[in-house]
Amino acid sequence: MSTPVTSSPILSVTSASKRFAGVRALEDVSIELHAGSVHALVGENGAGKSTLIKLITGVYQLDSGTVQLRGENVAFDSPRSAQRAGIATIYQEVHLAPQLSVARNFFLGREPTRLGSLDLKRMNREAGDALKRYGIAADVKRPLGELGLGIQQMVAIARAVETDASVVIMDEPTSSLEPREVDLLLELVAQLKAKDVAIVYVSHKLDEVFRACDTITVLRDGKLVSTGPTSELTRRQLISRMLGRDAAELEKDGRTKLAGHKTNIEGEPLLRAEHLNRRLILEDVSVVVRPGEVVGLAGLLGSGRSETAKAIFGALPLDSGEIEVGGKALTHQTPASRIRERVAMLPEDRKAEGIIPDMSIRDNIGLAALPQLTKAGLVSRKKVDDIVKTFMDRLRIKASGPNQKVSELSGGNQQKVLLARLLCLNPRVLLLDEPTRGIDVGAKAEVQALVAELAEKGMAVVLISSELEEVVEGSDTVVVLRDGAQLGRLVGDDISEDKIMDLIADAASERIEAAK
Amino acid sequence: MTAPTTKPQKTVAVAADHGGREAARARARSLTSLISRNGAVAVLILVVVLGALIVPSFGKPDNLRNVALAASFIGIIAAGMTFVIICGGIDLSVGSTYALATIISAMYAPRGSFIAVLYALLAAGLVGLIQGLIIARWRLPAFIVTLAGLTGVRGLVYFITNEGNDHPKIDGRLAFEALGTGSLATIGTPVWIMLVVFGIGWWALNRTPFGQSVQAVGGNQGAAELMGLPVKRTQTIVYVVSGLCAGLSGVLTTALSGGGQEARIGDAYELSAIAAVVIGGTLLSGGVGSMVGTLAGVLLLFVIQNLIVQGANLNSYVQQVVSGGFLLVVVILQAVLSRRAGTSET
Amino acid sequence: MTTLTATFKDRSAVAAWTREHGVYIALALLIVYNAIATPNFLKLDTVQLLFSQVPPVIIVALGMALVIGTGGVDLSVGSIMAIASAVLAKFVVGGTPIGLAMLYAVIAGLLVGVFNGLVVAFARVQPIVATLGVLVAGRGIALVITGGALVELFVPIFKDIRLGKFLGVPYVMIVAALLAAGVAFLVRRTAFGYRLLAIGGNRRASVLAGLPVRRTLIFVYAISGTLAAVAGVIATARLRASDPSYIGLLMELSAITAVVVGGTPLNGGRVRILGTVTGAILLQLLESTLVSHNAPDSVARMVEALIIIAAVYVQRPSRSSR
Repeated sequence: MSTPVTSSPILSVTSASKRFAGVRALEDVSIELHAGSVHALVGENGAGKSTLIKLITGVYQLDSGTVQLRGENVAFDSPRSAQRAGIATIYQEVHLAPQLSVARNFFLGREPTRLGSLDLKRMNREAGDALKRYGIAADVKRPLGELGLGIQQMVAIARAVETDASVVIMDEPTSSLEPREVDLLLELVAQLKAKDVAIVYVSHKLDEVFRACDTITVLRDGKLVSTGPTSELTRRQLISRMLGRDAAELEKDGRTKLAGHKTNIEGEPLLRAEHLNRRLILEDVSVVVRPGEVVGLAGLLGSGRSETAKAIFGALPLDSGEIEVGGKALTHQTPASRIRERVAMLPEDRKAEGIIPDMSIRDNIGLAALPQLTKAGLVSRKKVDDIVKTFMDRLRIKASGPNQKVSELSGGNQQKVLLARLLCLNPRVLLLDEPTRGIDVGAKAEVQALVAELAEKGMAVVLISSELEEVVEGSDTVVVLRDGAQLGRLVGDDISEDKIMDLIADAASERIEAAK
Repeated sequence: MTAPTTKPQKTVAVAADHGGREAARARARSLTSLISRNGAVAVLILVVVLGALIVPSFGKPDNLRNVALAASFIGIIAAGMTFVIICGGIDLSVGSTYALATIISAMYAPRGSFIAVLYALLAAGLVGLIQGLIIARWRLPAFIVTLAGLTGVRGLVYFITNEGNDHPKIDGRLAFEALGTGSLATIGTPVWIMLVVFGIGWWALNRTPFGQSVQAVGGNQGAAELMGLPVKRTQTIVYVVSGLCAGLSGVLTTALSGGGQEARIGDAYELSAIAAVVIGGTLLSGGVGSMVGTLAGVLLLFVIQNLIVQGANLNSYVQQVVSGGFLLVVVILQAVLSRRAGTSET
Repeated sequence: MTTLTATFKDRSAVAAWTREHGVYIALALLIVYNAIATPNFLKLDTVQLLFSQVPPVIIVALGMALVIGTGGVDLSVGSIMAIASAVLAKFVVGGTPIGLAMLYAVIAGLLVGVFNGLVVAFARVQPIVATLGVLVAGRGIALVITGGALVELFVPIFKDIRLGKFLGVPYVMIVAALLAAGVAFLVRRTAFGYRLLAIGGNRRASVLAGLPVRRTLIFVYAISGTLAAVAGVIATARLRASDPSYIGLLMELSAITAVVVGGTPLNGGRVRILGTVTGAILLQLLESTLVSHNAPDSVARMVEALIIIAAVYVQRPSRSSR
């Protein structure tokens, strides 16, 4: 692990660890940031990138480990104190005040005043000048919210940079930028670099990482996978480090519990979702699943995998597309109508879209199946108890009892509760979005085994995972997505991590070509 | 089988379009904010002009002066409420605080105008400060804290008036009575004071760092924290501002009437003030709002009531039906319009 | 480190326990205090008086608890009481049999509730503003119905409502208890109750679980309106008149206070029926206790304010859950 920069780091994080409610978010991660160097931080969702950033910027406090700024230990208690120390952060979602003008946003929190009044003339002039320097042409008097998201993001960056920060952290700064704006941003990054600022660049867009960054640190599952100069890494290696696993880990955890591919699945498709289109989100995506088949959706973050599942489930409005279940065309685009057709979905964001935190395990499990468990409006306690007991046993949900609050459970057990909620619908089609994310190894294996078993029993399963290995080993067919469009379909023995990564990497490099 | 279909051109087009869509959305949003910001002013002008044409007695200067005078008390309270609501909170206690200031200023009138006004404003500001500190430091819901304020301060008012049996009156003439009874260019002083309050309010909201913080905190508290703004201080100050405004309004009431108020004075004023703020286009969700809108909102409420009394010769309680109905129409329109602009999801 | 976490756990356990049982302890303490310090407290008269005063608050608070359980609030309940009272007077004066007139009054409340629900569920107006509009307009409507005047009503059955007792318990208290049991049943045993709590707990997840979110919200506001109307009828009977400018005035505040003091969090997802009933009784008993000790009504209000703050303070979310 050699670094091109030999000077002492401006900021270094040593053995940082952080847990949330007992769940590991970050474990023993160390990084060093050097002046005039761009440090990429890459990894899938839940890899620990944002946790690491928030530990540096004082949003969270470390459980263990140290943060040193210019060789001195620091512990920021709030973003405010981190900013004062010269650490500026640009967050993924534009965290500014959209109703205020560009110039006002630019100076928010450090407004120049004259006789207690905002010096608007000076604000407008200086903000305009600064933006112009970075190549942003915008009327600084207009409300920020009236501008496109890209410009908003650029303003946020310019604002952060103008605070004379010595460390600038950019969390997915290009997620809402047009290609032209991306170029602009990368130029800005180069300017900062020339001014000897240390930059952290978080992104899942590999072309940008390779274009702009000097050092790449890969995080996976809260742990540091590798750190090293960009020049020593190929695109292919990087993807495999982000998605795959290394040999040591393979030996330790063993094979996944998924069944492997079945090549000849007979029968009429149970789910036929074709030509799904949603402006700017999905572009002609088709997923066809036969009974007993597991179709994996592979792709990087933001490739449209979750959106495809949501569209099939009726939770995302479509511009066009046909969805058939069991030969019946579904026109009503609502989750309730899908559930009536025995289509069930496990949402990606367990906390925001899955569990009802204040409710018990029992009530969480019974929720979606209420119509079946209810007679004349009354919920049959016996039926609920039976079904809850069945699934708690079958999925081995560890809890003090069915009446324990679901928010008190570990991530793995919460996930099992949600799976139980789906399974008591007796579904024909199962859409699983990241069924094993953020849960411990044991629970992971159980969930994987369950998926295989359910397919075996004739369900049609759509499986989404950011772990390529899981998709490869668990799927009979894999649909590869990028930027909401379908890159290809792999069947049976053609499915391999290599082939999927090749597809994604080819598309990525072609995109760079096109951009040039 | 394997059929990779790559289309890099398309991808770029999609990304480019992305910005276009955002811009379109932003345009729609700005249109909405234009309507909700200036809608109240436009409707006010329309109502006043039409009212004057249709109902002759409404347009008479005397009547208009009276409407403005009647509106000024709620108006000053609503000015403070605007700060609280833009900052993402709500203040239910203003009616009680108003009553407290009314009584205190009358009680201390024997000790001179200055003391009377000072004590009344101090008490009102203190009520705001305590509530603000509880809301900002303990992070308790503003609705409940100021509900407690409403109850507790009203209790205090009854307590200092001997369970509502004392009606402190001002004996003889005092300097501060001129605040209520005086007039300038034939228009009553309270109206001028209201205009000054709105002027200062507009300045504070749009031309000071504090005003920037208020808008940023109300728009997105988490973001304001991440930007390093003084969130807790801002949250505390807006309740002090609201308390002071309610106090000032109470002082003016005593000045106008010479005291002798019932302890239940100002009941439900918080509702009128909130209604005026909402009609003025300030969103209850925080972040967006305007002082001019609130001023127009207050005047609209009083003009409409006056028109009903003057013109239709209807019973006064029809005012309430119209006021409430008007509020409902406004908020439903706002909700529907903002949905159009794509600011809320299904 | 271990001791630190241990004390932390203890403290959060204490906090959790207080959160769960605070209102019952407070009521128990107040009763014990009264039993010792207030002469004649345990005489039935005091309790009787309490029982005849508190039912309207309990009944309105039950509906309010459901609305708050969905994360909303219903400010229109006091005005709905006034509307129900006015409708009742209108029909009684017009010669409609009293039973039917009462039914119409309750239906009027139901309709206003449905209107609230429609505005909240479909127009997606924030509950507080939507119901504020109805608060303002509703009382006006009630006044329009009665022509703005107080209408005295001489209906024999009102005496029964006022004074009637079964085994020493006033009828109205029995009605309140039955309604409380009914609402508790609704929350705990019916699919509707499940949905209500799920929507308040996590609206997005409820949509994805296929729940009929809008329909449920409309039902909730309809129930709140209906219960407020029932309270309006009772208040009319006690007054022996319909006085729309007075009936139900500030009832929304009393009801919200009872619900909050009873331990139902304002942000939704939980409803505590027994807590709400206890909260209403606690506040009423507090007032009568202070009055019987010659403390004026004003002090009672100030103490009530402190209790409200204390109630939300013990319920405040702990910092450890992010």
